Amino acid sequence: MDVAQLKRQLFEYTTLLFHEGFLDEQFTQLQQLQDENNPDFVVEVVSLFFDDSQRLLNELAKALDQQNIDFKKVDAHVHQLKGSSSSIGAQRVQRVCIAFRNYCQDKNVEGCLKCLQQVKQEYSLLKNKLETLFNLEKQILAAGGSAPM
Amino acid sequence: MESCNCVEPQWPADELLMKYQYLSDFFIALAYFSIPLELIYFVKKSAVFPYRWVLVQFGAFIVLCGATHLINLWTFAIHSRTVAYVMTIAKVLTAAVSCITALMLVHIIPDLLSVKTRELFLKNKAAELDREMGLIRTQEETGRHVRMLTHEIRSTLDRHTILKTTLIELGRTLGLEECALWMPTRSGLELQLSYTLRQQQNPVGYTVPIHLPVINRVFSSNRALKISPNSPVARIRPLAGKYIPGEVVAVRVPLLHLSNFQINDWPELSTKRYALMVLMLPSDSARQWHVHELELVEVVADQVAVALSHAAILEESMRARDLLMEQNVALDLARREAETAIRARNDFLAVMNHEMRTPMHAIIALSSLLQETELTPEQRLMVETIMKSSNLLATLINDVLDLSRLEDGSFQLNIATFNLHAVFREVLNLIKPVASVKKLLITLNLAPDLPEYAVGDEKRLMQVILNVVGNAVKFSKEGGISITAFVAKAEYLREARTPEFLPLPSDNHFYLRVQVRDSGSGINPQDIPKLFTKFAHNQSLATRNSGGSGLGLAICKRFVSLMDGHIWIESEGIGKGCTATFIVRLGIPEKLNESKFPVLPRGSSNHVLANFSGLKVLVMDDNGVGRAATKGLLLHLGCDVTTVSSGDELLHAVSQEHKVVLMDICTPGIDSYEVAVQIHRLYSQHHERPLLVAITGSTDKVTKENCMRVGMDGVIQKPVSLDKMRNVLSELLECGHQMSSLARV
Repeated sequence: MDVAQLKRQLFEYTTLLFHEGFLDEQFTQLQQLQDENNPDFVVEVVSLFFDDSQRLLNELAKALDQQNIDFKKVDAHVHQLKGSSSSIGAQRVQRVCIAFRNYCQDKNVEGCLKCLQQVKQEYSLLKNKLETLFNLEKQILAAGGSAPM
Repeated sequence: MESCNCVEPQWPADELLMKYQYLSDFFIALAYFSIPLELIYFVKKSAVFPYRWVLVQFGAFIVLCGATHLINLWTFAIHSRTVAYVMTIAKVLTAAVSCITALMLVHIIPDLLSVKTRELFLKNKAAELDREMGLIRTQEETGRHVRMLTHEIRSTLDRHTILKTTLIELGRTLGLEECALWMPTRSGLELQLSYTLRQQQNPVGYTVPIHLPVINRVFSSNRALKISPNSPVARIRPLAGKYIPGEVVAVRVPLLHLSNFQINDWPELSTKRYALMVLMLPSDSARQWHVHELELVEVVADQVAVALSHAAILEESMRARDLLMEQNVALDLARREAETAIRARNDFLAVMNHEMRTPMHAIIALSSLLQETELTPEQRLMVETIMKSSNLLATLINDVLDLSRLEDGSFQLNIATFNLHAVFREVLNLIKPVASVKKLLITLNLAPDLPEYAVGDEKRLMQVILNVVGNAVKFSKEGGISITAFVAKAEYLREARTPEFLPLPSDNHFYLRVQVRDSGSGINPQDIPKLFTKFAHNQSLATRNSGGSGLGLAICKRFVSLMDGHIWIESEGIGKGCTATFIVRLGIPEKLNESKFPVLPRGSSNHVLANFSGLKVLVMDDNGVGRAATKGLLLHLGCDVTTVSSGDELLHAVSQEHKVVLMDICTPGIDSYEVAVQIHRLYSQHHERPLLVAITGSTDKVTKENCMRVGMDGVIQKPVSLDKMRNVLSELLECGHQMSSLARV
C-alpha cells in the first residue's frame, strides 16, 4: 500500500473517531504539540493514559468490591480518571466518569457498579481504536511517509 | 189639756219672730243642701282635685247641718217626740261629722296653702326663663350678624370694599349712629380719618396725633374700650344742639404686613401698626353697650385685620407675578436669540470645518508628494516652507475647532488606562530635538510614588504637557527646562492658588501635579491673567516671531478643567523665567479585573510573544496524563519545564529561577491555595516571586475569587489550548515585567 493511500485511510479513521465521539479537540491539541523536537509526544501521552487508567480501573473494582464501600476513595479515583481522559480528549470515557461521580456522591452502589462496567467498556474500545490508529501511523512512517498530522 | 208626750218648746210661739226663724232655717237648709251639690258638680268637672275624701266629709257635714236646720222647722210648733228624737240624732251626727271635718282640715289647709306658694314660685321661674330666652335670642342674632359681617368682609379682597363693608354692616347690626376708621399715616405719627359710615364727604386731612392718652389706652389693649364722647377721635359729627351723645367705644385693628410674618418667631406686638375703629351709639337713646356687643366689635376688628392682611398679601403676590411674567418673557427672548446665535455658529463651524480641511489636506498631501520628487534646493526650500505653513494652518484649524467644541460642552474625554511614565518619555523625545537646537537642557523628574499606570485621556494629557513644555522651550533662549511630576498630597492641593478649586482625593483617584520651570524671558505679572484667554497674545519682542495662534494655553486650560484640575503660571517678571504648574485628576487602574486575569496594559504594545524560549516553568499536577499534556504544551512553546506532582514537591522545587508556576487546582487532597499562600510568604519581595497561574476545570466565580484572594496572577480554564496558553503567558510576562519595573522605580 502506498503512502498516500495509507494517509487517506488514517485520515478517514481519525475522522470517524472524532465523529463517533471517541475523541475531541483536546486530542487535536495534543497532535499539534508534536513536532521534530517531540516526535512521539502523542504516543507517549496516550501510553501514559493507558497505564494510568488500567491502574485506576483495578483500584475501582477493588474498592467497589468491599463490604463497606469508601465512596470518597472511589470518587478520588474517578476524579483522576476523568482528569486524565479530559487531558487527552477521550470524550466518551470522560462523560461516563462524570456520571460515575454523580452516583458516587449519591452513594448509589448499583449506579456505581453500572458505571464501572461502562467505563471499562469505553476504555477498552478506545484502547483498541487508538492502537489501530498508532499502527496505521507506524505503517506510514515505515512506508517512508512523513510524520502524519 | 190632755197630757201628751209632746215636748214643749222653750219659748212661746211668737208669731213674727217664729216666722222669720222659720224662713231663715228653710233657706239655710236649702243652701246647705245645694252647696254640696255644687261641690260635687265642680269636683266631677275637674280632674285634679286631690282631696275627695275631705269633700265627702265636708258634704256630709253640710248635709247634716242642713238636715238639722230643716228638722228645726218642725220644732217651732208643738211637735211629737219622734220629731225630737230625729232632731237629736241629726244633731248628734252633725256634731260628729263636723268635729271630724274640723280635725281633717287641720291637716289639709297647710298643704293647700303650700300649693299656692309653689304656684307662685313657678310663675316667677317662668317669667325668668322668658327673659333669658329673650337674651339668648338676641345673642344668637348678634352672632348671626357677626357671621354675616365676616362673610361680607371676607368675600372681597379689595381693601376699600372690606373696610366700607365692615362699617356698614356694623352700623346695621348694632344700630350705630356713626362708625369711623382711623388709619395711621405713612409717617406713623398721626391717625387719619379714612372711612366713615354716615358722612358721605370724607374729611380729608382730618388727623389726630397718635400719641394721645386715650389712643394709647385703646392700642394697648385688645378689648373694645369705652371712651369719652368728647375725645378727639369721637368728635366726628358736629355737635348740634343739646343732646346727650351716645356712648362711644373704640377698638384697635392690627395692621399686619408681610414683613411681620417671620418663620421662626411671631410678630412682635410692639412693632405693629394699628388702626382705630370708633363706634358711636345713637344719641339720646338710653342704650348702653352690652357685653355681647363689645365682644362682637372685638371679633369684627380681628376679622378686619385678617382680611386686610390677606388683601395686602394678594396685592403683593399679584405684583410679583406680573414682574416675573415680564422677566420670563425677556428671558425667553434672550434664550431664543442665544440659541439662534449658537446654531449659526455651529453651522458656520461645521461648514468651515469641512471646507477648510479639504483644501488643507490637498495642500499637505500634494506638498509631501512634491517633496519626494526631484527638486532644486531652492524649490525644496520653498516646498518645505509650504509644508510648514500648511501644517501650522492645519494645527490652527484643529485648535479652533477643538476650542469651539470645548466651549460647547460637547467635548468628551476618552478615558482609558495608559502608561503615565511613557507619556512623559514621549514628550521628552518630541521636545529633545528642538531643545538641543536651542542648546537648552531638559530634565525630567518623576516622583518615585508616581503610579506607572493611570486612567484618563492620554492624548489630551500629552497635548497639555506638550503645550506647556513647548511654550517653555519657545520662550527660552538659553538655560534649561525642568519638568517635575509627582502625586499631589492634600497640603499641596490646598495651596493651589484658587479658592474655588477644591480637590477631593479619593480611593480610586490621585492628583498629578506637573511643574515646568524655565529660565526664559519670563512674563510680566500683569499679563498673566491674559495668558489663558483666547487669542490674546503676549506682544513682547521675544514672542513676536514665534508664531502660534495664542490658543494653546486656552485649550490647555479647558482640557485641564475637564480633568477636574487647574493650571496656572507664575513668573517673577521679565527676564526671570516662569513656572507653569498644573494639577489634574487621574484614576488609579484596578489591579485585577474580573473579566480576565491578568491586568491588560494597553499603553505598551499588545503583541503576543511567540517564543518563550528558556522560560523556566514549574508545573504541578497530580494527574500523570495531565502533567504530560501540559508539559508537552509548554515544551512546544519553547519553555524549560519542570514537573512536580504535589504541593510539597512544589515548595521544595520552586526557586528564583522559575518565572512561572502552573498549578492544577482541581486536585483533591491538595490545598493549592495554601501552597500559593506559602509561595507568597517565601517570596515577600514582589519582583522576585514567580508568577502563579492556576489551571482549573471549573467556571464558577467562587474559584476565581479564591484565586484572587490568595494572590494568583492568572487563571486558565481547562481545556487548555495552545493559543490560550500562549496568550496567557505572554500577557503575564509583559505585565509581570512591568510590575517588576514599578518596584524598581
